Amino acid sequence: MTVSSGTAARGPAPASPFQSDLLPGHRLDIPADQPLALDCGASLAPFRIAYQTYGTLNAERSNAILICHALTGDQYVAEPHPITGKPGWWDMMVGPGKVLDPGRYFLICVNVLGGCMGTTGPRDVDPATGKPYGLSFPVITVADMVRAQVRVIDHLGIDQLFCVIGGSMGGMQVLQWAAAFPQRVFSAVPIATAARHSAQNIAFHEVGRQAIVADPDWCNGDYLSAGRTPHRGLAVARMAAHITYLSEMSLHRKFGRNLQNRPNLSFGFDADFQVESYLRHQGSTFVERFDANSYLYITRAMDYFDLAAEHGGVLADAFRGTASRFCVVSFTSDWLFPTAESRALVQALNAVAANVSFVEIPTDRGHDSFLLEEPEFWAVLSGFLNGCAEHRGLTWR
Amino acid sequence: MSALEPGPARRDGAPRANGARPAESRRAVIRIDLQLIADMISPGARVLDVGCGDGALLDYLAHFKGVDGRGIELSQAGVNACVRQGLSVIQGDADTDLRDYPSDAFDYVVLSQTLQATVNPRAVLEELARIGRRAIVSFPNFGYWRVRLQVLFRGRMPRTRALAHDWYDTPNIHLCTITDFVDLARRMGVTIERALTLDRTGTRVHERQGWLANLLGEQAVFLLSRARQNTGRS
Repeated sequence: MTVSSGTAARGPAPASPFQSDLLPGHRLDIPADQPLALDCGASLAPFRIAYQTYGTLNAERSNAILICHALTGDQYVAEPHPITGKPGWWDMMVGPGKVLDPGRYFLICVNVLGGCMGTTGPRDVDPATGKPYGLSFPVITVADMVRAQVRVIDHLGIDQLFCVIGGSMGGMQVLQWAAAFPQRVFSAVPIATAARHSAQNIAFHEVGRQAIVADPDWCNGDYLSAGRTPHRGLAVARMAAHITYLSEMSLHRKFGRNLQNRPNLSFGFDADFQVESYLRHQGSTFVERFDANSYLYITRAMDYFDLAAEHGGVLADAFRGTASRFCVVSFTSDWLFPTAESRALVQALNAVAANVSFVEIPTDRGHDSFLLEEPEFWAVLSGFLNGCAEHRGLTWR
Repeated sequence: MSALEPGPARRDGAPRANGARPAESRRAVIRIDLQLIADMISPGARVLDVGCGDGALLDYLAHFKGVDGRGIELSQAGVNACVRQGLSVIQGDADTDLRDYPSDAFDYVVLSQTLQATVNPRAVLEELARIGRRAIVSFPNFGYWRVRLQVLFRGRMPRTRALAHDWYDTPNIHLCTITDFVDLARRMGVTIERALTLDRTGTRVHERQGWLANLLGEQAVFLLSRARQNTGRS
């Protein structure tokens, strides 16, 4: 196993703009003789895992927090994004004096398997063929993502993570960690998530996927070889998904029926309304930084997630005997992962008398609230982590 | 969820700055009825506090008795205040959510000043007895002499320190007297291991049963266990 950092050289370099050798952060190259056994039956090797860290691992190796990113997130949690230059997706949460303080914790974030920011995914070159995987990349699951993360945690010499935390798909990974590796998880914070993807959520994902595959530039998934990019399909997928991350109230407050740079309706199909212009912008900026096939694979992984199904249909059995401390968080206006999903999770944890806290944060900003300024949410997380630190015997200065 | 007016010890639910709280600032003094409950709990026990309010009892138990504590609280504000302090608390309802817990999951289940606010007190008590090896229940005594006098002479619904609400906005929908409670415990086959009463100011505590307790006790605290033959003390 070799680890490289910065601009270390590697075999066949993937095409731009996602040159994994040029991206900041750490890389772990898994050699061909250490394949990852995937849920679909295939095994993957060699492959690369890209991750980023903040802070310092203490001598006892007891202060590590694994941050799990959501569908379109990446490992650049608290630094400018290498492609867009925008602040890290959890910049408000991670930093000196913030809830996740690198002065206290060793923070790790791994780009998920199937992603497009350095970890091997469908846009990377299949060493067996010398061509990009495209749709020949195996279908991966949330459990596969977690197994890949385990390789990184093993590599870092960490037996037990102080905390595994994440929102949305990140929360699914948190639950998978807690269920599959309970001894390695001292505390778990699943935020705005669910133990299974609902029919409605699968439906929204299917709309996004169909938008991508309907784009002629998708070329049956082989667009890289064809030198094309399904920008339009991916942008539409993002626009549809973005609506689900907000709430009616937040859209209304932000845009109402306001017109975009015009005094009157155009009586055409231009972006008359500010909300249309906003969504188009969201779509067009997203395609700069995300790969269409990655979007297909990762949404599929979320659709397949059903923790209870893996345990004979009884969610509680996923957590039987767990000693991890849980803090489940939901947001009142989140209709994508509504509080009822978190409540079902809490019910299952109670059924095995697990150590669980459950907080619903009042906000009208929808699913994306976990990425936004929500002081009550931050205060709750700080309190929970401080309590855990006390039980774990973590001290600072 | 507490139906009592919050006492001074329960007001300490303000958001805390980021940083573990120094031990010296912990609440060493809690409301007297909570202290009585805490004294009944053996060190290191597993405790579920149903209707834990802002977590004063759980916080005390965690830091002075090494208890592994959990809480359920109806009000989201109370839950958030608890979790901000690092306590393990979920939002939930005693009437509906206790059935999620497995039997014998806790050494003690505490129901402090909450029984009279439940929709189905008997079902709640049965759940307590199922989930915990022991249950500790405290409630305002409707047989207290001041309550009786207010009804008798003023002809109005009583208002006391322990019953501080007007009849039309009270959360207390199932008030009972100590005698009523003892009677129900007997019907349920639950053993009363200890019974304490507090007077008006909460400063005098009596360990007595019978008609005098029912007349002079403003609040009652009962330690219950499932087994009839159980004589052991915790």
